[in-house]
Amino acid sequence: MGEYRFLISSSPHIHSGESVQRIMFSVAGALLLPTIAGVYFFGYRALILVVTTTLAAVLTEAIFQKLRGKPVTVWDGSAIVTGMLLALNLPPGLPLWMAVVGSVISIALGKMIYGGLGTNPFNPALVGRVFLTVTFPVQMTTWINPVDGTTGATPLALMKMQGIPTDYVRLFIGNVGGCIGETSAIAILLGGLYLIYRGYVDWRIPASYLGTVAVLSFILGGDPIFHLLAGGLMLGAFFMATDMVTTPVTKLGRIIFGIGAGIFVVLIRFYGGYPEGVSFSILLMNAFTPIINRLTVPRIYGEVKTR
Amino acid sequence: MLKTFSGGIHPPYNKELTKHKPVEKAKLPQKVIIPMSQHVGAPCEPVVKVGDYVKVGQKIGEAKAFVSAPIHASVSGKVVAVEPRPHASGAPVMSVVIESDGMDEVYEGVKPPKSLDELTPDEIKNLIRDAGIVGMGGAGFPTQVKLSPPPGKTIDTIIVNGAECEPYLTADHRLMVERPDDVVLGLRAIMKATGVKRAYIGIEDNKPDAIEAMKEAVKGFNGIEVVPLATKYPQGGEKQLIYAITGREVPSGGLPMDVHVIVDNAGTCAAIANVLKTGMPLIERITTVTGAGVKEPKNLLVRIGTPVEELIEQCGGFNGEPGKVIMGGPMMGISQAQLEVPVMKGTSGVLVLQKSEVKTNEPMPCIRCARCVDACPIRLLPTYLGKFAERGMWDEAERYHALDCIECGCCAYVCPANIPLTQLIRLAKNRILASKKK
Repeated sequence: MGEYRFLISSSPHIHSGESVQRIMFSVAGALLLPTIAGVYFFGYRALILVVTTTLAAVLTEAIFQKLRGKPVTVWDGSAIVTGMLLALNLPPGLPLWMAVVGSVISIALGKMIYGGLGTNPFNPALVGRVFLTVTFPVQMTTWINPVDGTTGATPLALMKMQGIPTDYVRLFIGNVGGCIGETSAIAILLGGLYLIYRGYVDWRIPASYLGTVAVLSFILGGDPIFHLLAGGLMLGAFFMATDMVTTPVTKLGRIIFGIGAGIFVVLIRFYGGYPEGVSFSILLMNAFTPIINRLTVPRIYGEVKTR
Repeated sequence: MLKTFSGGIHPPYNKELTKHKPVEKAKLPQKVIIPMSQHVGAPCEPVVKVGDYVKVGQKIGEAKAFVSAPIHASVSGKVVAVEPRPHASGAPVMSVVIESDGMDEVYEGVKPPKSLDELTPDEIKNLIRDAGIVGMGGAGFPTQVKLSPPPGKTIDTIIVNGAECEPYLTADHRLMVERPDDVVLGLRAIMKATGVKRAYIGIEDNKPDAIEAMKEAVKGFNGIEVVPLATKYPQGGEKQLIYAITGREVPSGGLPMDVHVIVDNAGTCAAIANVLKTGMPLIERITTVTGAGVKEPKNLLVRIGTPVEELIEQCGGFNGEPGKVIMGGPMMGISQAQLEVPVMKGTSGVLVLQKSEVKTNEPMPCIRCARCVDACPIRLLPTYLGKFAERGMWDEAERYHALDCIECGCCAYVCPANIPLTQLIRLAKNRILASKKK
């Protein structure tokens, strides 16, 4: 038996093989479904927007890390996810330079200033999106109709301002005005279910989020199915309210997170000035995440109540 | 629905390597290194000196404290050294080294006792103590101490741990398939010694042949039930097993006896049976020698004190370049630097991983995916504990129940960021306990 050198380390000695990279690229892969739907309905302009924001996000992260003398870690895939998500939350006709500004804000202000991956309290893509919404309100609310390329209102705005409903089938397929990735419920559902199947999304968040919106809108006299399918709720529920970094780590906490976000959406949609409230609802609940975590620490095995 | 617990993981079990291989008697070692500390509690004091001639089953280490267990010679031959030697725990431990004379002569004092029906509970406990029997699942708690709860603690249930949830290991599996009657005899002795009328034998359902064999063996004995359990790591963790079978939770900081339960490993029961049948103290055990790093994985019946090196040789030597040698299983075992370390009473396996299987990935930032939270069988928040440990926040770690961690390894196993969570929590536990001693 020859002379060998053995690695000494403390147990466990095996690993699942799961990696941050695999999670991020799986999410990016799932995001391709709403991306494809968006390109199908809104044309090549949508594709150019997605590619632009993704490249801008990755570049911003790389430059930020270079400037700070830190290792460049853009291959973990998280900036790609942020860039894609941002584009999917933008109107298809947005000028490209504005989209780039959104990407830079998402990564720089939404993520890097806190310390990079895993440290940001708010969903970076939504930080960028809300920045664009308040900075370029006109361009951010100029919607294109998929059929003829003319401008028009989103189903939510039509409902809110003129009381005009949109039929469910069109909402489900995505053949309506809106952000690139939010209109096709079916594409989002398929991507979301894939992530749930892979264990990268906890079903509790979409279930409690969508459930709360459905129940509350029904109570308030709205059409629950319309409210589930219209606007960015589906995209938010499956892809943004489920961002691991900015949502609670406990199971109960995730349910509370979903319910809270659902309440905010209904509040804004029914009583607020904006027709849509998904972005704000998620960002608001992101702010609550640390306290939700603290208040939902599970009872451990054999916990003895003494103090 | 099979009984189980919350949390846990499903690692690749890799038991196919050895689960169908009958236990083989290992070659008589030329030399045994018998550590005086193979159990939880006070180490033994050597009662032999260099030059003494000892026989199989002769006591060579005396247990003076209550929580301790005596140690016996596992071969006949000459004591050639009484000195600190490498030990599976990493630090050298006082050991008695015996050079075998190859005669395997049995000590005169080794005689079968009366039959179980004639023995009194106290006689059974004394037999178990004198035979040096300790928990053989790995922890090595002296069995007789478990069987003697302090006044005020009542026991109503005995659980035999046949879960064997550690990947790769098949020692208990083979034992239950090949010698189920011994497991039952040992269990009956424990029941008689403690006056308990109810017992369960918990076995993961990935061992249907063991479940069958045990079910057959318990026929005709009242109060003993074989319980198939879900196959999930760490099903064989004492706390998880107690919860799965009885629905009781051992209180934080407490012992199984606080919920009126004693848990003993299937191997421990068989060792007790061996004492009842032959009078021979605990001098050998079944050890699974396995992994892609050995040519021919086997279940071996091994004399205590046999150097790991000899076992690997009997399994055809290394296969490819070995990267890690682990005493125990891959989830909770201890990696070794030297092949001279001996098999002890609690060594259920020797696992050799190939160099290509041993990866050291750089940790990445935590993305708060909470896989560790979902996997923790104690329902801790490992991600928080890991962060507290990284920052030296020991008080916070204690407040978040670091001391309740059973170090099963699930959190580090599932972490996509490769953060050594189990190791960090282990560090926190050490620091917290050290500050308590001051």
